[in-house]
Amino acid sequence: MARVVVDVMLKPEILDPQGQAVQRALPRLGFAGIADVRQGKRFELELEGPVDDAVLARIREAAETFLANTVIEDFTVRVEEEGK
Amino acid sequence: MTTRVGVVTFPGSLDDRDAQRAVRLAGAEPVALWHRDKDLHQVDAVVLPGGFSYGDYLRCGAISRFSPVMDTIIEQAKLGMPVLGICNGFQVLCESHLLPGALTRNDSLHFICRDQKLRIENAATAWTGDYSAGQEIVVPLKNGEGRFVADAHVLDALEAEGRVVARYLDVNPNGSYRDIAGITNAAGNVVGLMPHPEHAVEPLTGPTTEGLGFFTSVLKQLVNA
Repeated sequence: MARVVVDVMLKPEILDPQGQAVQRALPRLGFAGIADVRQGKRFELELEGPVDDAVLARIREAAETFLANTVIEDFTVRVEEEGK
Repeated sequence: MTTRVGVVTFPGSLDDRDAQRAVRLAGAEPVALWHRDKDLHQVDAVVLPGGFSYGDYLRCGAISRFSPVMDTIIEQAKLGMPVLGICNGFQVLCESHLLPGALTRNDSLHFICRDQKLRIENAATAWTGDYSAGQEIVVPLKNGEGRFVADAHVLDALEAEGRVVARYLDVNPNGSYRDIAGITNAAGNVVGLMPHPEHAVEPLTGPTTEGLGFFTSVLKQLVNA
């Protein structure tokens, strides 16, 4: 079994009020020196079979049409190595 | 023949009954449409109501957009059928790419519920013909993710083509770019609106009855078509 990870982040130019709220709370909790926080989503897709280029292409299609809204979000797709 | 206006119920829709009531008060026959049924049951127009379809999971409207009924609605909207998306319905229309841009978390992070003053900017769409351009109305607004965003190029095009249907007045409740409360597609048959005209159709329950115009407008449009 293989795992493919899709990370989805708001595009840099899109305001992330949730990330800002987290960033503002950090100093109150004693975590200094963090200049900016952006909050995103991580999807872990467990595949039934092995990963090949065709499977990855289908997953990229799913990410582009469904997991991310490319009007406001960027995404990355990567295969997570076994044993990690 | 009575004009039939469909109102879709997704799992998690809230305002479908209010939308049906507004349709009836406007003089049309409301037809309940079910998200899993591709058949539009000979309706002449469709309202996608407010609510929290699929619990707003993934992104607001992202899962509803792939429901069977939406396949037919997207197809018919492209052929000119009037479609009004209110609140969550607006989010579904953006996720469906029937309208540009996206609705994101309010800049204040608060859920906002208030009577909101709007200016109708475009009175030539299928859903706004009973208003006059520049008319000011007050209808309820209630959203957590109502902040309309799009890139500057898209915003400029929307303004240049007169596709901003309504703008927030006095207060921008959610940080929407350029105070945009509602937009339309190029043909003027698809309109998305974040505030709720269906909650302003009767004096007993609404702040005004100024929302009824959206529903009477589409009726006239269809009768004259």
